[in-house]
Amino acid sequence: MMDAVARPAETETNLAAIAADAAGEYAVGRPTVYVYEAPVRICHWVNAFAIVVLMVTGYLIGTPLPTVEGEASGSFVMGYVRFAHFAAGQVLAVFFLARILWAFVGNHHSRQIFYIPVHRKQFWKEVLHEIRWYAFLEREPKMYVGHNPLAQTAMFTGFTLFVTFMIVTGFALYSEGEGIDSWQHKAFGWVFSIWPNSQDVHTWHHLGMWALVMFVMVHVYAAIREDIMSRQSIISSMISGERQFRE
Amino acid sequence: MGATTETFYSVIRRQGITRRSFHKFCSLTATSLGLGPLASARIANALETKPRTPVIWMHGLECTCCSESFIRSAHPLVKDVVLSMISLDYDDTIMAAAGQQAEEILEETRAKYKGQYILAVEGNPPLNEGGMFCIDGGKPFVEKLKVMAEDAMAIIAWGACASWGCVQAAKPNPTQATPIDKVITNKPIIKVPGCPPIAEVMTGVVTFITTFGKLPELDRQGRPKMFYSQRIHDKCYRRPHFDAGQFVEEWDDEAARKGYCLYKMGCKGPTTYNACSTVRWNGGVSFPIQSGHGCIGCSEDGFWDKGSFYDRLTTIKQFGIERNADQVGMVAAGTVGAAVAAHAAVTAVKRLATKRDDANAKQDH
Ligand code: HEM
Ligand code: HEM
Ligand code: SF4
Ligand code: SF4
Repeated sequence: MMDAVARPAETETNLAAIAADAAGEYAVGRPTVYVYEAPVRICHWVNAFAIVVLMVTGYLIGTPLPTVEGEASGSFVMGYVRFAHFAAGQVLAVFFLARILWAFVGNHHSRQIFYIPVHRKQFWKEVLHEIRWYAFLEREPKMYVGHNPLAQTAMFTGFTLFVTFMIVTGFALYSEGEGIDSWQHKAFGWVFSIWPNSQDVHTWHHLGMWALVMFVMVHVYAAIREDIMSRQSIISSMISGERQFRE
Repeated sequence: MGATTETFYSVIRRQGITRRSFHKFCSLTATSLGLGPLASARIANALETKPRTPVIWMHGLECTCCSESFIRSAHPLVKDVVLSMISLDYDDTIMAAAGQQAEEILEETRAKYKGQYILAVEGNPPLNEGGMFCIDGGKPFVEKLKVMAEDAMAIIAWGACASWGCVQAAKPNPTQATPIDKVITNKPIIKVPGCPPIAEVMTGVVTFITTFGKLPELDRQGRPKMFYSQRIHDKCYRRPHFDAGQFVEEWDDEAARKGYCLYKMGCKGPTTYNACSTVRWNGGVSFPIQSGHGCIGCSEDGFWDKGSFYDRLTTIKQFGIERNADQVGMVAAGTVGAAVAAHAAVTAVKRLATKRDDANAKQDH
């Protein structure tokens, strides 16, 4: 079953449940579903923070800040930038791994970003519908408990694949400093069988950053836009975990 | 040819070298190979008892800079290596024999030392037009290489040419110059890259193979770990300036005079595996970075095809235009940003229009 809820059963009743309280004020009772479990939300915000740090420090590794005056012993600017990058890199790796593990124990939505049901026709039809919605060709969006099919496709490629790529190439680069006897080199050294010259790994790692920048731009825009435009809560869902549906 | 059955020790003793100098040489060699103190005795023993290893040194498409480097080795003195340690039976550049006589040596060595000789290759074979672009002794070099490789114990691929292809393989590589390991696939190959490789690294490799009768431990790329397991950057004496964030920004600026890090001037030290920053060049006198110029990555695969030596970010040609990752990324991200902004604007307009429609609809009732 996809997450498309034409309109959950209780929605019908709850939507109309506008009851006056004792003070005569109206409260609107809205149907809510618990979508994003705590680990999903924690991983999301930790990873988002780590990725922002990685982008800033990564850019500064590629194009360092202007020269620092004084004795070399007096400053450690590049050292700190690289340290922050490597620290955020390990954090991202750990929380990304945690997120993968959660997909095995968590609810249905926790698995969404790790696959695309390529074989299901209905899925692609709904992707098309979402594209039409974003292209202003559909007046009404559909309601989904989890990610809509287009978002799922974008999450899988833009996040799961790209972040995996960044972690793999990042650790391969990191293993160069750790030495060829390090566990990092044993685990990720194979990257240098694909690109024997690590200069190419640097270039691909760097291009990967720009791919992620684009994902984040679209992602944040879509999150804010959907929050305003669609018939469900978006941003607050990633904070509280609950999805609210509204008319 | 009989000389090859002699040992290294008997040859040098005949040349009047004392036993004391012989042991000095053995311990120095052990140190330069990064082996422990016990290795010195093992080297001495091997050199005293084992017959010298025959070496055939062939030249394909190359510039001879590897040979030039090799004969300038300060330690172990190249005259010891070439003349005593190994029996260099054939090297068409420096041997006296020529023509028919020289070619006969190849046949003779191949027959007499089947499976025992070392084939050292400088340069590489061009494969296009049936190997026509490099004719040696009336035959395409690639044929000669294959024949000699057939019965060799192992192959040494000298320099960037034999290891990776080097400038003659630069795009679009009209002659189809091809590194040795892509042509010979059934023999152990040791790559000793560099343009040229450091003399002491070359003699160190030869010393190891001849004394221990096997190849040293190789890394994933087929390079000897003892000389190629660290980057120039890992042992560079300017590294403290790198960590401090002190960079040369322009040739001849104050920072250049102070000897700051050359990272921003395109130094490839961070991606280059070689021993320059430890062994250095010309008997340890200096190395490029010490002379104020960044490393160009001469021991790395494809270093000749990666844009300017003076750019920090690699030039990418795959997109049809020559740009670096930031330029490509910024254009792409800028396009996405513009699309997002446009989409937001249309959304806002539509929303207003829809609201008005809704309002009108209500009024109609
Ligand atoms: C979203 C994830 C990441 C982004 C956006 C990112 C970005 C970058 C960028 C732009 C560079 C400079 C490349 C160059 O031009 O040379 C870089 C270098 C590097 N990154 Fe990442 N990175 C990410 C993840 C990681 C991870 C997970 C690690 C692993 C610990 C890592 C380790 C490294 C290393 C070792 C370098 C080379 C540092 C140096 O040469 O001094 N990165 N990164
Ligand atoms: C580096 C930045 C970010 C990355 C890589 C990222 C990645 C992701 C991923 C992978 C998901 C899917 C959740 C899951 O199943 O694990 C997600 C969901 C979400 N993200 Fe982000 N995110 C980033 C930044 C942000 C920011 C800054 C916001 C705030 C505006 C945001 C808002 C959301 C929301 C609201 C959802 C839930 C979408 C929904 O309800 O369908 N994200 N994000
Ligand atoms: S000069 Fe080159 S090798 Fe030396 S520290 Fe700077 S970047 Fe690294
Ligand atoms: S410093 Fe770099 S470019 Fe220069 S010889 Fe060494 S490896 Fe080659």
